[in-house]
Amino acid sequence: MAARTAFMQGNEAILEGALHAGARFFAGYPITPSSEIAELASTRLPARGGVYLQMEDEMASMGAVIGASAAGAPAFTATSGPGFSLMQENLGLAAMAEVPCVVVNVQRSGPSTGLATRPGQADVMQARWGTHGDHPSLVFAPASAQECFDLTVEAFIWAERLRTPVIGRADVVVGHLRELVALPDPEDGRALASRPRPQGPPDDYCTYRPGPDGVPPLADFGSPYIVHLNGSMHDERGYPSADPAQAGRLIQRLVAKVQARVGEMVAVRHFRHDPPEGAPPRPAVLYVAYGSTARAAREAALMLAEKGVPARLLQLKRLWPFPDSEVEAAALEAGLTVVPEMNLGQVVLEVERVVGKRRPVWSCAKSNGEPITPDEILARTLEVVGA
Amino acid sequence: MKARDYLIEEAMPLFWCRGCGNGIILHALLRALARLGKSREETVVVTGIGCFGKADDYIRTHSIHGTHGRALAIATGVKAVNPGLTVLALMGDGDCATIGGNHLIHAARRNIGVTAVVANNLNYGMTGGQFSATTPQGARSSTSSFGNPESGFDLCRLAGAAGAALVARATVYHAALLESLLVEAISCPGFSLVEVMSSCPVYYGRYNGIPDPAAMMRWWQESAVPASRYAELAPEEKQGRFPIGRLGGSDRPAFSERYARVQEAAQAGAGRWIQAGTDR
Ligand SMILES: Cc1ncc(C[n+]2csc(CCOP(=O)(O)OP(=O)(O)O)c2C)c(N)n1
Repeated sequence: MAARTAFMQGNEAILEGALHAGARFFAGYPITPSSEIAELASTRLPARGGVYLQMEDEMASMGAVIGASAAGAPAFTATSGPGFSLMQENLGLAAMAEVPCVVVNVQRSGPSTGLATRPGQADVMQARWGTHGDHPSLVFAPASAQECFDLTVEAFIWAERLRTPVIGRADVVVGHLRELVALPDPEDGRALASRPRPQGPPDDYCTYRPGPDGVPPLADFGSPYIVHLNGSMHDERGYPSADPAQAGRLIQRLVAKVQARVGEMVAVRHFRHDPPEGAPPRPAVLYVAYGSTARAAREAALMLAEKGVPARLLQLKRLWPFPDSEVEAAALEAGLTVVPEMNLGQVVLEVERVVGKRRPVWSCAKSNGEPITPDEILARTLEVVGA
Repeated sequence: MKARDYLIEEAMPLFWCRGCGNGIILHALLRALARLGKSREETVVVTGIGCFGKADDYIRTHSIHGTHGRALAIATGVKAVNPGLTVLALMGDGDCATIGGNHLIHAARRNIGVTAVVANNLNYGMTGGQFSATTPQGARSSTSSFGNPESGFDLCRLAGAAGAALVARATVYHAALLESLLVEAISCPGFSLVEVMSSCPVYYGRYNGIPDPAAMMRWWQESAVPASRYAELAPEEKQGRFPIGRLGGSDRPAFSERYARVQEAAQAGAGRWIQAGTDR
């Protein structure tokens, strides 16, 4: 239940979501278009006994987030392209050492400094594969200020519950958009972000002995349960181990503990727009879109329906693990799928993997620092529908 | 608690080479913890990656085996949210001064209450003896066979200039001094750095004409001079020598003390951005 609504920026809603979920620590390095999150964190966190640290770079920011989380504080950082690149190594440490944390990437166009602070969505694969080695990946993508709030809460919940880093992948359009956001009662947030805790005699505790859900309970630095976190391959105690069987099991568990819970996570949102009454039946067109592009795709779907073509939009709120079954079901119901995105075609590869040869899948790609407009999506659709 | 109570005995024997100084540093550190009566639960060891970065394998306190160069950043996050913990960052010279040099100067400037223990073996031991940012000019290494064209950092002067609360140096020959400097450093509320000149006979020694561990020990014995005496040496006598002992520091409030004031001000609603509409 919403306690109140407030008019706010996407970035502000991300901060509100983090606080609602129980964040107590932020470390970052300023970069547009994410800096509002840091600025707000610098006053709001200390006001509730938390800590804001401005670190010397993003490698340090990610390191400090891991340290703070290990000491028991739900922790996050926010950045954009160049900073997200610098965070990759320690993101891998968080995944391997199983230290919960949330990393917000308010995407801008790249590569490098690119068209600094213009829109882009080209970090989708980086969010999946940016750090080296096999690793789990959990990524949410808001398309509105409200979703900035909701998905940040979701990110904290899963980061803590699964002892894993979670990435919130907004884009500059969403981060700087101002909209009404319904904010729940702060009391409702209390127990949201909570990690599994050890029970029983402290001497028996092992930092990496998994519970039935594959997630090992985590004690805080300072507790009588002594914690040995390790970014090197390790055994259940956290002691280094070079045993291939052990290593294989660990990598499998890191990925499986996330995969096993996807059914409980936010995944997609459906929109359907049908042609006016009496229009001749035609196969539907499905848009698969995410972030700010989903908003343009929704407009395009409305216009397409006006032209007599049934239009569907599957908005991806979770990018990784990719919502395979939702995409498959929606794509098979439609005659063809169009994937608009602000890059040269990244999510379209996943849609093609899921759909295979069963239906045509078309890319609607744009990578020049400008958002994709509904007209452009419509034009591309009419081209491939052959209308 | 005795030094042995902090040791993970089942991890023995030590992974380090014969003649390596790291075991001496580890033992001095555990003795210092015992002398201070630190409990295992209040103590956090953060390491980077490298030979000395494996010290956490043997320490029974809380620990995190982190990434190369980032130990101080991780330690900063730990200390910032729980100032009551004793936080130690154990690093090699590559870890602390080369790849992690930026974090070193900022940890010192920020005066975060972490104790950095740097095993300075004058090269990258773990990766096979390449030169680091502390390798002396002219010294040979697996990537400077014609002599190092660069000069090495004086780590203590670097950390001191950046604002550390306490800087000190010992060598693995001076184990008792090392232990007492560690006790002082761990008791210091601000950022402290203890540089330990350590033997790497297998790489640094072999490349530079001192492959024998005992000879390396004699080298430390002869080249290290107590700070008060070093100051009185003539410039030519300082050649090839370095001071040991407490070498400096500044008496500033530690980060956590200053941040507590920030929290008080924020709680009093003094922040510029705290607006009635958003501050729940
Ligand atoms: C980002 C990164 N770069 C390089 C390495 C490879 N590496 C591991 S340890 C090390 C150097 C270790 O030297 P030092 O920190 O002086 O410690 P020592 O082994 O001498 O104790 C290097 C370069 C790494 N692990 N990570």
